[in-house]
Amino acid sequence: MKVSITINGSAQSHDVEPRTLLVHYIRDQAKLTGTNIGCDTSSCGACTVHLDGEAAKSCTILAAQADGGAVTTIEGLAINGEMHPMQKAFMENHGLQCGYCTPGMVMAAIGLLNENPKPTDEEVRLGLEGNLCRCTGYHNIVKSVLAAANK
Amino acid sequence: MTGSILGNRVLRKEDPKFLTTGGVYVDDMHAEPLLAGAAHVTFVRSQMAHATILGIDISAALQAPGVIAVHTAASLKLAPETSSYNPGVSRTLLASDRVRYVGEPVAVVVTEHANQGEDAADLVVIDYEPLEVLIDIEAAMTSSTLIYPDAGSNIAVDSTLWGMPDVTGDDFFADCEVVVKGRYINQRLAPCPLEVRGSAVAWVDGRLFQWISTQHAQGVRDQINKSDSTSHVRVITPDVGGGFGAKISAYPEEIVLGRLALAVNRPLRWRETRSESMISLGHGRAQLQYITIGGNRDGKVLAYRLEAIQDSGAFVDVGAVLAPACTRPMSSGVYAIPKIECRTKSVVTNTTPIVAYRGAGRPEATAAIERAMDMFAAEIDLDAAEVRRKNLIGKFMQPHTTAIGQEYDVGDYEGALDLVLAAANYADLRKEQATRRARGDRNQLGIGVSVYVEITSGGTNHEDARIEVLPDGRAIVYTGTSPHGQGHVTAWSMIASEHTGIAMDKIDVVWGDTDLIPEGLGTYGSRSLQLGGAAVHETAIKLVEQAKIFAASQLEAAESDIVLDKERGVFHVAGTPAKSTSWGDLASSRANDGGLGYAHRFTSGGATFPFGAHVAVVEVDTETGKVTHLRQIACDDAGTVLNPLLLEGQIHGGIAQGSAQALLEEFVYDADGNPKTGNLAEYAFISAVEAPQIELVAMATPTPRNPLGAKGVGESGTIGSTPAVQSAVVDAVAHLGVRHIDMPTTPERVWLAINQ
Repeated sequence: MKVSITINGSAQSHDVEPRTLLVHYIRDQAKLTGTNIGCDTSSCGACTVHLDGEAAKSCTILAAQADGGAVTTIEGLAINGEMHPMQKAFMENHGLQCGYCTPGMVMAAIGLLNENPKPTDEEVRLGLEGNLCRCTGYHNIVKSVLAAANK
Repeated sequence: MTGSILGNRVLRKEDPKFLTTGGVYVDDMHAEPLLAGAAHVTFVRSQMAHATILGIDISAALQAPGVIAVHTAASLKLAPETSSYNPGVSRTLLASDRVRYVGEPVAVVVTEHANQGEDAADLVVIDYEPLEVLIDIEAAMTSSTLIYPDAGSNIAVDSTLWGMPDVTGDDFFADCEVVVKGRYINQRLAPCPLEVRGSAVAWVDGRLFQWISTQHAQGVRDQINKSDSTSHVRVITPDVGGGFGAKISAYPEEIVLGRLALAVNRPLRWRETRSESMISLGHGRAQLQYITIGGNRDGKVLAYRLEAIQDSGAFVDVGAVLAPACTRPMSSGVYAIPKIECRTKSVVTNTTPIVAYRGAGRPEATAAIERAMDMFAAEIDLDAAEVRRKNLIGKFMQPHTTAIGQEYDVGDYEGALDLVLAAANYADLRKEQATRRARGDRNQLGIGVSVYVEITSGGTNHEDARIEVLPDGRAIVYTGTSPHGQGHVTAWSMIASEHTGIAMDKIDVVWGDTDLIPEGLGTYGSRSLQLGGAAVHETAIKLVEQAKIFAASQLEAAESDIVLDKERGVFHVAGTPAKSTSWGDLASSRANDGGLGYAHRFTSGGATFPFGAHVAVVEVDTETGKVTHLRQIACDDAGTVLNPLLLEGQIHGGIAQGSAQALLEEFVYDADGNPKTGNLAEYAFISAVEAPQIELVAMATPTPRNPLGAKGVGESGTIGSTPAVQSAVVDAVAHLGVRHIDMPTTPERVWLAINQ
């Protein structure tokens, strides 16, 4: 089947199998590999992107469901080479180690602040519960999100 | 001249890439021309924990859409390969006669597209004759069923057969007023790097090129060449999304890929699913401990015995030797115990093989002695901090040897304990605890104390580095270490820049390609800075010395008159800075004479012994058993600090993983050997919600064993935190008569401990 999705502002159209997940569409059809896959139970959040402005785990959505929608991935955040404040906050606060959870974590964190611009430490932790980091660098991830919220 | 960059909070050079485009992990290599047209690999895994294979029928799978080939050990002519640690333990890369754990690869399917593999793999029919399943290690020790009959026993590694003294009898504790015994389970954990295993292969002019997510490319190269001497493999490491010890060595799935690619005459890509990874990537810990501790009523410990039974899983991998090689030597911990004895036995079972996992043998040693100290203290009604203080090895700046025979480099354990108790306001915490107890609060406060020492870069004492300067003035550092989150690009650039004056942003760091870096020991065992970083340090110094010779020639001056202006990155004659030559000029002048560079192997003065003290503060809901880890106050001494930002990141992660073992995570099998926690929906992987608030206290006692004064820090947070958190949980309910709760201290276990 044919699906048309705008990814990072660029309109795209591809033939996919109906069972294709959005994350596979992003990685395999759109060739944007910044979005990672970390599990097969929708537990880890590594594949978090924005669909029509809201953070979503792209392994929980069929590409067909996103037909006609707009997706933003980690590659679409920086504008003219200038990092998004959340990306900067992660860099300045050592909010990433191996980097594998990072794209999903950053997208989830932006989604979190969109809903709750001034979260408490506890609210950040609850908001990121569905995004796992095995370097277990949660301390600095939370610090990064709070820093971005206070800018 | 500005000050040194070393010791500063330098932000990571790696980060912009990871934050804007993401890393390039092995599964992201769409652009690699050698992998054009690659087919996809899916393994067929055993669903039986222990069975004889009577037959494998691949006929239906061969007819499935997209299938290029289906192979087994027989069709690939795989020969048995023997464990490095027990000559009686052999297996083929794909199981041939017998399966020994659920998840073991038995056959392999090659398909045009990735999503066709799983469908085809389901059609491979394996005919099994079930065998008795051995999950419990103590049952496996005495069972007449042998998982490897040629080994003659399920006890695959025994410390006494390594020439280490056996444990003795009750006389060992004859002079003790108080003797306490314990049985502790240091439970099985799944390492769970967020990037699962993946690899890709292509044959290029009779050589195998293999990209792999690994911590040690050179070791993987040697493994593959040993298994298939015709491969002449070049191993290349893309970005690696975490390893934690489980990606040090290559696995059968990865080692067989080259022969499979040859058989189908196609480049191949393989990426496991998370559910596969949970059962076939090696597990960690899984040690049962019997302890006996004895001493006087005044709190002085006189004798300690540790009998460790290590679950080796269904193969004899490195996990089987961590107990004798790491747990046993560190059994004394930070304490001056006059008499110690320890025996370890490693036992094969029908479970996923055990490998190294963050700490690898040392967390087990620390957990045992710290728990033993707590139970001894409880028996004589002494405070947890006080019993430790009474028994600590005094500050030493010359090597100290414990009763078990392990030499430590330098240590100031009481210093660390004092710092952390002060930072935690320990006395106030005890007051609050007493108040809550007196009130009979539902939520009780628990305070756990641990003091630890661990061994880093144990077993390896050297590392290679090479620095090349290019005509444009840039430099490339080639390192034998292999970063996967530790920040070596930043750290090695800092060190190289410090000595050469070449700006950090003009320094690239290269690792993990065995053609470019034939010698290297990779990244594990908290070894990288003290060996790899020290190698960069010495190489940079020698490079500058060599460059001065060339500069002297170019500037027509005596070598001894040449100075390096690190501000400008140029060499000039002392006193005449106007007449200078730059790194780029020198490299250009050497373009036809082998270039400008230096290669060097650093050899250290031995392993180093980071230490520290932790205080864990937890709240326990006495009606539900739920534990909340409120605070972790930690003093971790890793010697001289190169970059506090990186150091703290390592400690934060270590503490959270340690908390996860104490409170949450456990890999569990049913009696038939079926995994009950085989995916991330079932395994209690720690999240930001459970991770504690962390307060770090700085302490830095340099080691004399390398020129940086650095000790390892990648695992110490885990080693120090786990026993403190477990102790805090027990402490919260100690007034209710509880002396011990095994890890993970789940609500069910805590509730049962309170109510039984």
